[in-house]
Amino acid sequence: MLYEQELKTFVDATTNFFSVAAQEPASIGSPYLMEGAPSVHEYTGIISISGKREGVVYFTAPKAMLTVMLMKMQENDFSHETMRDLVGEVANTISGNARRDFSREFVISVPSVLSGEKPDVPQHAGRRSFIIPINWRSHSAKLVVSLS
Amino acid sequence: MSANLKPNTKKSFKLMIVDDSNIMRRRIERSQQFEELQLVGTAGNGLEALELFKKTDPDVVTMDLTMPQMDGIECIGRLVTLKPAVRILVISALADKATAVEAMEKGANGFLNKPFTDRQLNEAIAELLC
Repeated sequence: MLYEQELKTFVDATTNFFSVAAQEPASIGSPYLMEGAPSVHEYTGIISISGKREGVVYFTAPKAMLTVMLMKMQENDFSHETMRDLVGEVANTISGNARRDFSREFVISVPSVLSGEKPDVPQHAGRRSFIIPINWRSHSAKLVVSLS
Repeated sequence: MSANLKPNTKKSFKLMIVDDSNIMRRRIERSQQFEELQLVGTAGNGLEALELFKKTDPDVVTMDLTMPQMDGIECIGRLVTLKPAVRILVISALADKATAVEAMEKGANGFLNKPFTDRQLNEAIAELLC
């Protein structure tokens, strides 16, 4: 079960990431309950959560958005590997920042990354997942938080 | 002797960057503005960092914490055992105080949270070099 204040922690971390790392604020929408199978973009960075809470946090974004993010970060490598690196780093940073409120018992894994048109995103029956919509410049992405 | 020919008396420091993200390693290398820091190598996890440390004997290390194979906390302890005078700046997304305290107790000298601005990075390195 996720509480409103806990979701706000992820909203705040996402807001901070785009303002600081991507150097341009994102518009973060209200979280809503995910229904059915997750729909993901071309690149997805997944963090497994263990400890007092269990589940996953993942950031999924289209290649076009990641390309512009890399440009804003002064990167000049736009390879597939760098896209994978970026979605993993975004998921890692947002999840790690959440420990400010969740404490160190919120144990995060190193990122795993999925890419391609229909990757197999891990799902757990009975666990509610919330989608936090992210709009940045003309692009849309999602942070999905699924915790017990 | 003209000012231009005056020998450079600034002490130089060897720098090693440890992070499992290539993007972060390049970002730190590109954004740090200290002439006295000479990059001797980068590593993607704690084990690689230990090997590189033994080969290059750096004076300053930036250290991520969440990494595969050997995490940053364990690596800090190993590096400090090898060279107690090494100065270590942790650069991590882990934002809880207990983790920062643990890193400092292991021997880190500073802690910078991701994401960070260039200014924050350079201020943190400046404190490390004092």
